[in-house]
Order: sequence, then C-alpha cells, then structure tokens
Amino acid sequence: MSHPTHSESAPGHDLHEEGMGEDHGSLRGYLTGFVLASILTIIPFWLVMGHVIESKPLTILLVLALAAVQIVVHMIYFLHLNTKSEHGWNMLAFIFTLVLVVIVLGASLWVMYNENANMMPMSPLYQQQHPVNGP
Amino acid sequence: MPHRSEFWNFLLGNLSLSVLPLHNTLEDRILQVTFVIVAFSGAVILGWVTVKRQWGYLWREWFTTVDHKKLGIMYMILATVMLLRGFADAIMMRSQQAIAFGSNMGYLPPEHYDQIFTAHGAIMIFFVAMAYIVGLMNYVMPLQIGARDVAFPFLNNLSFWLTVAGVMLFMVSLFVGSFSRAGWLGYPPVSEYQTGPGVDYYIWGLQLSGLGTLLTGINFVVTILKMRAPGMKLMKMPMFTWTSLCTSGLIVVTFPILTAALFLLSMDRYVGTHFFTNDLGGNVMMYINLIWIWGHPEVYILILPLFGVFSEIVATFSGKRLFGYSSMVYATASIMILSYLVWLHHFFTMGSGPDVNSFFALTTMMISIPTGVKIFNWLFTMYRGRVRFDVPMLWTMGFLFTFTIGGMTGVMLSVAPADFLLHNSLFLVAHFHNVIIGGVVFGAFAGINYWFPKAFGFRLDAFWGKVSFWCWQIGFWVAFGPLYILGLMGVTRRLSHFEDPSLQKWFIIAAFGAFLILLGIGAFLMQIYVSVRHRERYAVGHDPWGGRTLEWSTSSPPPAYNFAFTPVVRERDAWADMKEHGYKRPLEDFRPIHMPKNTGTGVYIGMLGFGFGFAMTWFIWWLAIACFVGMIAVAIGHTFHYHREETIPAEDINKFEHTGNWKPGVEGAAA
Repeated sequence: MSHPTHSESAPGHDLHEEGMGEDHGSLRGYLTGFVLASILTIIPFWLVMGHVIESKPLTILLVLALAAVQIVVHMIYFLHLNTKSEHGWNMLAFIFTLVLVVIVLGASLWVMYNENANMMPMSPLYQQQHPVNGP
Repeated sequence: MPHRSEFWNFLLGNLSLSVLPLHNTLEDRILQVTFVIVAFSGAVILGWVTVKRQWGYLWREWFTTVDHKKLGIMYMILATVMLLRGFADAIMMRSQQAIAFGSNMGYLPPEHYDQIFTAHGAIMIFFVAMAYIVGLMNYVMPLQIGARDVAFPFLNNLSFWLTVAGVMLFMVSLFVGSFSRAGWLGYPPVSEYQTGPGVDYYIWGLQLSGLGTLLTGINFVVTILKMRAPGMKLMKMPMFTWTSLCTSGLIVVTFPILTAALFLLSMDRYVGTHFFTNDLGGNVMMYINLIWIWGHPEVYILILPLFGVFSEIVATFSGKRLFGYSSMVYATASIMILSYLVWLHHFFTMGSGPDVNSFFALTTMMISIPTGVKIFNWLFTMYRGRVRFDVPMLWTMGFLFTFTIGGMTGVMLSVAPADFLLHNSLFLVAHFHNVIIGGVVFGAFAGINYWFPKAFGFRLDAFWGKVSFWCWQIGFWVAFGPLYILGLMGVTRRLSHFEDPSLQKWFIIAAFGAFLILLGIGAFLMQIYVSVRHRERYAVGHDPWGGRTLEWSTSSPPPAYNFAFTPVVRERDAWADMKEHGYKRPLEDFRPIHMPKNTGTGVYIGMLGFGFGFAMTWFIWWLAIACFVGMIAVAIGHTFHYHREETIPAEDINKFEHTGNWKPGVEGAAA
C-alpha cells in the first residue's frame, strides 16, 4: 500500500480531534466573573431603589443595558465561550444563534408594529385602551 | 353527553361512547369501513408476526435498536405507511371536489372535509416528508463520514419513538373523536374556539414529534462536527453530509419556535390565557408570525437534504465529480441563513404595509439565486458526463424539470402585489405541491432507489421503478396543472363545494391526475415487492453504482460497526479517490469494537408520551400526570444504566470481513 488509508486503532466512538476540547475555566476566571456579575447586579438595584435618575424610561433602558452586559459576562466566564474551544464551533454556533435571535425578535417587533398600525383593532375594549395613532 | 357520575368523569375525562364513530351517518359509515380495513390488515400483520414468533426478534433487533441504519430503515417504513394515509386523504379530497358542484354536495360533509385537508397537510409534512429526510440522513450520513454510529445513539432511538407517538395520536383521532379542522398550521382564532378534541390531538401530536425532530437535529449536528473520519475537513465532506448539517442546524434553531407557539396555543385552549385572541391585549397575528418563523425554514429543512441526494446521484451517474462543489456549499449555507428572512411572504395580505412587504418580497426573490446556482451546478455536472439513466437518475431529471417550474411560480408569488391576487388560491396549492412533490418526494424516491442496494444488498427492480416514476411525473402535472389554471381564475383553496359548473372539468382532470399518482405509489410498492421476492436475482455487490463516497466502501448491507477500520480521507469523494489509488481492504489485524447496547427506554418514553398526549386531549388529568411523571422517571432511570456498551469480538469482525458482501459490483448495476 503506497499510502496509509486506515488509522491504527479504532474504538467505537473515538474522536480524531487533536486537542482543542472544551475550555473548563480557571479559579481566577470564575472569581473575575463572580465579581463582575455581582457589580452588574448591584448597580441596577441601586439605580432602582435609590431613585438615582429622575426619568423612568432611562432607568429601564440602563437596567436592560446592564442585563445585556451581564449576559456577556456569564457567557465568557461561566460558559467559557471563547474563539478557540471546540475549534471555534462554540463561537460560531453562538454567533449563529445571536443573529437568528436578533432577526426573530427584531423583525417580529417590526412586523407586528406595522400590522398593529395598519389594521383596525377589533375589540372595543382594546380600541378604548389603545387609540389608533399609527403612521 | 349522557349524565354520569363524578367518578367516571374523573376516570375517563371527556371520553364516552358517543365520541366513537357509531352513528348512522355517511361520515361514520366511511370511518367504520376504514376501521374494519385497518383493523383487519392490522390483525393480519400482528397475527403473522405472532405465528412466525417474530416478536422477540422485532423487539431485540429493531424496536430497541440504537443502530442508525436500522432506525433509518424504520423511519423510511414509517414515512411510506404515512404516505399511504396522507394520500388516501388526497384522493378523498380530489374526488369530492370533482363531483361537488351545484346541487351535488359530494359525499363528504364540510366538517369531515375540513378534517381531511388538515390531516393531509400535517401528515404529509411532519410524518412523510420529515420522516423520509430523517430516515435518509440517519442511514447515509454516518456512513458517509466514516463513523460507526451517530453521536448519541440512544437519543436517536428516542427521537424515532417520539415521532411514532405523534403518528399514533394522529391515527387514533380517526376513530376516537375527530381531528382538527383548523388547517395544517392551526391558525387561531379557529384553532382556539374549535370545540372537541381535534386541535388537541393536533397540538400534542406535533409537540411529541417536534421534540423528536429537535433531538435528531442536535444529534446530527454533533455527529457531523465531531465524528468525521480523520482527514475529512469540512470542505471535503460529501454534499449530502453538508446539506444534512445545514438542515440539522436549521432544525435546532427553528423547532423550539414551533414548540413555543404550540405551547402558547395550548395555554389559550386549556387554561384560558389570551396570547392569540384580540381580547386583553393578545394578538392573532402573533401566532401566524411565530408559526411561519418556524414554517418557512421548515420547507428548507425538507428540501436541503434532497438537494444533497441529487448532488450525490448526479455526480455518481455522470461519472464525474460534482461541478462547483464550493459554490454548492456556499449556496446551501446562504439558503440556510436566507430561509430565516422570508417568512412574512406567507402573510403579505395581513396588512404589514408596503415597506415590510417589500423587504420580505426582496429576500424571497433573493433566495432563488442560490437555488438557481444549484440547478446550474447539476446541469454542468451532467454536461459532457457519461450519464447513465438508471432509476435514481430519472427521478433526478424529473426533479430538475418539475422543481424549476415550481421555483418560478414561487418567484411569481413572491411579488407582493401579485400575491394579493394569488394568496390562498389554488395557484398557491399548486405551487407548494410543485416544489414539495417535485423536490422532496422525487428526492426521497431517488434516494430510496439509490441507497436501497446499500441497505439490503440487492437493487430495486428497474421496470417497476420506471413505471412508478412516469406515473408520478405525468400524474403530478395532470393533477396540479389544472390547479394552477383554477388558481389564476381566482378559485380559493379548502372548498368542499362549488357553484360554478364551468370549473368542474378542471377538477375532474385533477382527480384523474391524482389517480395516476396512485398508480405511481402502487408501482413503487410493487417495485419493492418484486425486488424482495426475487432478491437473489437482483443481488449486487457493495458498490453497485460506481459510487464516490465512503458508504460504498463498506459491505452491502453494512455490518453493525460500519467500518472495521476507520477510513482515512485524503480527497473529496473519498471512495472514488481510494479506488483510483488501488485501495486494498485490510483482511487481518482486526480489533474488538465497542458499540452501544440496545435499550428499550426509547420505546417506553415514546409510549408514555403517547399516553400523555391522549390523556391531555381527553382531559383525563390523572393519566396525563401519571404518564408525564413516568416519562421523566424512565428518562432518569436510564441514566443509571451503566453498562451501555458491548464489545464485538475481533473474531466476529474477522469473520464478517471475509464473508460479507464484498463483491465488486458495478457491472451488476449496468444491466
């Protein structure tokens, strides 16, 4: 045989991957994550309970933004998402999911807003509560 | 319902004798005859299995199997059985529409007709098309990547039995109570306010089989990403494996949306929430929005694996490598993303306004570009190839012709203003049958004819295969050509009766086409019967078509362990490359192989799932709770099975590798 066409050993579920398995994190990483997550939790509580900002919508926006940062912290430090583990497939899967979630949520809001604005709401109760003021 | 005591109400929920089809009406007479036929043929089959003492064999070798090949075959059988059920519905609708004009109301009352079109659509998509593609992927994909099984063999078995549980719920609804009358996607408000068990059968049937499909998707993604033979880089994967990967990825991200939408619908029905009603801030449109976010990717989930099938067949039967492999991969991947951006074209007419409609019309037109790329790639693969017109290739040619026309009518529908005329018309019905029959069904038959010799060691009879193909191909156009014409005239779908007698001739032609397709299905069953009957005559070697991918390098049928040694891949079309370099199969130094052991857990969970769905449908709460707890308990119990592997000793492997079907077999197929 001029070239090898078979690997030497072959147990039932052998994986041929050379290294690059999952990332299991480190104590340092977990501590960093814990501190960051705590800070990101305390700030929203402080914002709400201390009535720090007058404007309510602005407070809500800030809390939501901090929640988004919190998700990122969890992803990186607790779920060990990085560009290298599993040959980058974890990251790729995450980005794919993110893109689709954005599409689904964003476009649904867009679609439903337009349908709501263009179509006559049918329930009288609903009409009273939501006077039509679409574009 | 006659009065009965609290105890019986508790025990039986809404079940009573009156829900059985025992009334003296035409509808119930039809059901009684159907029941007698089903019960008789069921008794014959069960009796035969008992007399032949095959129950133990079936249980040990098939029901509890975790072997992807056997599960694949079971999926294909399930899909074929359900094709007969779904097609019986189709024939009933076609004959009703052919006669129900003017004073003639036909033989189906509207409530019954509505159940039939709902069942037809849901069964054909979920239990025929899905089961065919999952069956093909199950059988072929692990062999193509040189793996011994899928990543999670038990999960694969569980997926199958969850699908079976869904099928059983749909079938039981024929004789116990009634089925949904709300269309195959169960749009509210009809599905919210329809009394009776129909919509609940529908919801739980889909929830169970949807869960099974989701698990399959996860399983296949992991299998393809982690279990490829050494050397098989992504861009060296066979095209069918690529399309399986994209389809599985789509399953993973879309089926949860279906589950969520159906869950919200069941909340509305069971506990009186208002997600999809106009009262109290709910919104009917939201269901339609959600169900199509799943529904549109779903049609690409169905068609992508068949694109893979056609790619393999075209390359093999043209004796060339696939033209434009990379463009094929990128086309598949971009279809995967784009399929997520087009769902609103299913409800252009619901009032989203011009900017939203324009966006989704454009994305819809865009998705035809990568699909067109694929069509040209297949044509260029055939160009200057030595094309052999065996049955799989015939189906492929039929697909190219039929599917391209279906794609063009799809682009017509994507023009939002035109859609205001064509929406909900028979033009739409003709269009989606054009792409689903022309694409998915033709692809499934192409795949069955192509891989049957791999699975059983003998090929399918070519004569009956050709009869089947021509009946389907001609029957399709005779059945759906008139529907295009009627749709352009403005005839809407889902009608059980018409006033205008000038339309009748078209419906009679369409019914004739449906009977041609019936002949095609009959010829397909005949083809299998004849081939099994004379299997010695049709016996072929392990590589009957001159295949190019790894599944043809092992025996036909393959051993339980697929490959004695994991193949090492150096080129795309690995097997063609190995043959070119004078590959010699090693015949010694075998080592024991660990394989997962069979388990009955999947069967138990599936059947408990069926019990749960049935109990929820009939409001038998104690049974629902018991079955649900049972499912969880069995699943947890399964984690305590520590001895899940068995070893195939080296001697057995040595024996098979010397006695299996290793005949070189290309000449056998040329006949």
